[in-house]
Amino acid sequence: MAWLSPSEEDALVLSLSVASRSVLWSLPFALALGWLLARRGFAGRMLLDAIVQLPLVLPPVAVGYLLLVVFGTRGPIGAWLDRVLGIQLAFTSNGAALATAVMTFPLFVRTIRLSMESLDPGLEEVARTLGAGVLDRFATITLPLVLPGVLAGAVTAFCAALGEFGAVITFVSNIPGVTRTLPLALYTALQAPGGEHAAARLATLSILLGLSGLLLAEWLARRVRRMLGRGAHA
Amino acid sequence: MLRVAIRKRLAPFELDVEFELPTPGVAALFGPSGCGKTSTISAIAGLLEPDAGRIELDGELLLDTAQGRSLAAERRRIGYVFQEARLFPHLSVAGNLHYALKRAPATRFVSLETVIELLELEALLERRTQRLSGGERQRVAIARALLSQPRLLLLDEPLASIDRERREELLPYLESLRDRLALPMVYVSHQFDEVLRLATHVVLMQAGHVLAEGGIGTISLDRRLRTLIGPESVGAVVDGRVLGTEAGSGLMRVAVGRGELKLAAEPWPRDTPVRVQLLARDVILATRPLEQLSVRNQLSGTITAIEADDAHSDLVSVDVGGATILARVTQAATRELALAPGLPAWALIKSASLHGHSYQGARVPRCMMPTI
Repeated sequence: MAWLSPSEEDALVLSLSVASRSVLWSLPFALALGWLLARRGFAGRMLLDAIVQLPLVLPPVAVGYLLLVVFGTRGPIGAWLDRVLGIQLAFTSNGAALATAVMTFPLFVRTIRLSMESLDPGLEEVARTLGAGVLDRFATITLPLVLPGVLAGAVTAFCAALGEFGAVITFVSNIPGVTRTLPLALYTALQAPGGEHAAARLATLSILLGLSGLLLAEWLARRVRRMLGRGAHA
Repeated sequence: MLRVAIRKRLAPFELDVEFELPTPGVAALFGPSGCGKTSTISAIAGLLEPDAGRIELDGELLLDTAQGRSLAAERRRIGYVFQEARLFPHLSVAGNLHYALKRAPATRFVSLETVIELLELEALLERRTQRLSGGERQRVAIARALLSQPRLLLLDEPLASIDRERREELLPYLESLRDRLALPMVYVSHQFDEVLRLATHVVLMQAGHVLAEGGIGTISLDRRLRTLIGPESVGAVVDGRVLGTEAGSGLMRVAVGRGELKLAAEPWPRDTPVRVQLLARDVILATRPLEQLSVRNQLSGTITAIEADDAHSDLVSVDVGGATILARVTQAATRELALAPGLPAWALIKSASLHGHSYQGARVPRCMMPTI
C-alpha cells in the first residue's frame, strides 16, 4: 500500500485486527443476551438491560479505568488470566479488542435484540410442536431468520470498534504498533507540532473506512434478506 | 381417550374446562370467538401452561400439576395446525416438510409420499412459501404437522384465514385426512357447518367453560347450541344408512330410525353410514299421514317434547324410532293441532332441503355439501 506511510499502515492493520477480534469475541455474548432480552421474561431483566447499555452512557475513560481495575495484571480477573493462562490484557492489542468489545456491546446487542423481537414467536412454537428442542430451535429457526440483523449488527459494531478511543487509550495506552489504532494515531498526530497534514490523512482514512463499513452492512442485510426470501409473512 | 381438565386465569375470564374425547375420532371444540378454544388446545399441545390441571392421552400422562409433571411440548408428539399457517419462511415447501420428518420418531404411520398425494403437494414442493396462496399454505402446514407423526392432531380454525371459496376447496382435504388416516383430531371452529362435516364428537364452549359435550347427534338437539348458532341453523343431526336407489326417482334411500329419507343420488354403496342434518325450519308436522304431496320424506313418530323457541314459535321434538328430529312450528299451530308430548306425529321434509353428509370411511365419516 504505497499510498500509506508505514505508521499509517500499522495503525490501519491494527485497527482492523482489533475491531475483528472485538466483534468475534462479543458475538456469542451479544447473541445470547439479545435472545435473553427479546424472548425471555425473568426477574432482573430490566437491570440486565441497563447493565448492557451502561457503556453507552458512561464516559469511555471510566470504562477503561474499570477494565484496568478488573483486568489489569493486578486486578482480580487480570491476575488470574495472567497466572493460569498466561494471558495479559492490559497494554496489549487483545486488551484493545476487549475495551472496544465492551464499548460496542450495547449497539451489537440492540441490533440483534431488535431483529429477534421482530421475529414471529409463533414460528418457534411450530418448531416445538414438530419436536425441536430449545437448541435445535435456536439453530434452525431463530438464528437463520435473525441472521440479517446479526450481520448488520456485526458490521455496525465493527465500524464503531474502528473508532473507539477513550476506553482503549485508558486501558491499553498508546503504544505504536501494539495498541496505537487509527483514532489513537490521529490523536498522536494532533499532539505533535506540524502534524496537521498527517491528522487530515488519518481522518480521511477513518471516514472512508466507516462509510464503506456502513454501506457494506446495508448491502449485506439486503442480500441476506433476499436470500432468505423474507416476504410479508415473515 | 383424551382426558382434559384444566384451569387457567386468562384476561377476560378464567378458563376452566373438563372433557373426554374418544380416540380415534374427530372432536370439535365449538364456540364463539374468544371463548378459550385456542387456549385449551394450546394447553393440550403444551404451549400454554395451565395454572392447574391434568391432561392424559391414551393412558399417557402429559400434564399433572398436582404431581408437578408436565411433558415438554417438543416431546408430546401432538401435531398443531395453526390458524395462520406459520410456514418457515427461510425454507421451501419441501424444506418445511423435511423439517418435520427429520424430527419424527422412527416408526411412521404416514410417509412423505402419502402426505404429498393426500394433500396434492407435488407441484408445490420446490416453491418458496411466500409464493403460496392461503389454501396452499394451509395444506403445507397440515402436511408438515402430519409428517411429525403425531398421536393427535390439533387444528385451530385452519380455514378461518381463508376466504369462503377457498374453504370449500380445502374441506375435502380435511375429510380425506380423516377417512384415510385413523388419526385422532381435535378441530377448533366457530363455524357449525365445518363441525358438521368433520366431527363426530362436539364440545360446546362459552366464556372459558364447557356448556355441553357429546356426539354430534345429541349436541344438535341441545338447547345450549341454539343460542350459539342462531335459529336458522337449528336442526337435528341424525345418522342413517344407505339402503339403495329408489326406482323411478333415482333418489338415494337412507334408513333413519324406523323410517326412510330420500336424498340426491350419490355413488355410495349400500350400508354406507350417512349423516343428515334436518333443519328445524324445514320440517313440517302433521297429525296424520298425508298422501298426494310432493314432499318425498315422511317419518312417523311420537312427540317427546315441546319447547318455546321464541315469541311466536315452538320447537317440537319427535322420536322417529331411534332418532329424534326437531321441527319449528308456530305456537298457533301447536294450539290448533293440539300437539302434545306422547301424541303421534308425522314429520315431512322436502328432499330438496336436506343437507346430506355421508360417512365414506369404515369408521370415520366423510361428508359432502348440500345435496339436490
